[in-house]
Amino acid sequence: MKIRLSFLFVLTLIVFILCVFFLSLFEEKSYVPEKTNNKIENFSIKDFYTDKSLNLKILFEDEKYIIINIWSSWCIPCRQEHKHISNLSSFNSSKIIGLNYKDKKNNAIKFLNELGNPYDTILSDKDGTKAIFLGAYGVPETFVIDSDLNIIKKYIGPINSEIVNEIRNLLNDY
Amino acid sequence: MIIKFLKISFIVFFITFFNLNNVSANNQKVDEISKNLRCLICQGQSVYDSNSEFALSVRALILNKLKAGNSEDEIYLFLKSKYGDWIVYEPEFNKYTLVLWLLPLFLFIFGGLLIVRKVFINRPKK
Repeated sequence: MKIRLSFLFVLTLIVFILCVFFLSLFEEKSYVPEKTNNKIENFSIKDFYTDKSLNLKILFEDEKYIIINIWSSWCIPCRQEHKHISNLSSFNSSKIIGLNYKDKKNNAIKFLNELGNPYDTILSDKDGTKAIFLGAYGVPETFVIDSDLNIIKKYIGPINSEIVNEIRNLLNDY
Repeated sequence: MIIKFLKISFIVFFITFFNLNNVSANNQKVDEISKNLRCLICQGQSVYDSNSEFALSVRALILNKLKAGNSEDEIYLFLKSKYGDWIVYEPEFNKYTLVLWLLPLFLFIFGGLLIVRKVFINRPKK
């Protein structure tokens, strides 16, 4: 009797552990910490076309908010989200800045010729170090930044029509 | 004339030699720092191990920062402000990590006390 009881106990324990392992197979494993500094410093960055150095602050001109979209011609999700960026630019008064990430200039221009250019300004980030100032992980990523250089919203991965609506409401509310 | 040429070539040699030395020292430092950084988009790899775009950018940034005269701690601080404490392997000692750091110590002392009790206090009774 005693042996059977302990056997049952071990068996349930093993089943429980297997269940935990099995369920965690489907869990999202990339961890994004919540507690990050949302303030970014005013770094200088090169313009895509003219190669002139610009300050991030200059890009605002009189606008209160800008949208920065990190993209690249080699990035397939960027191709998919491009129509949403264009959509965003069509009804939004805020400036949309493209940050061209680790790209060849010719390929980037080809990409824009093919799919259209929704950006007010395009910045160039040849070695990817400028994206780190924004706290970006890769392409594509979209940021809403206010004129005090606070990141208000950050979207990792391609944006969709829902996010376009969200950004639209967000900027209308402010 | 020849002596002058030799002098100049000597100076050029030394300048390039020391600069090269400096460059490799910086690269070593980049390796050292990137071993302590977690590659955030990889699974179970450090920035040093990974060849992902993210890790390559972080390494380029570290090199830039070193060239600009930033210290190792300043670089960690900068990256932590961008990506949170998760990017460094060694957790910082603060109020959120208090339990993490102190629990093993408490367990060690508690276990030690148990052993002391068992060995030294219970024995004379027998």
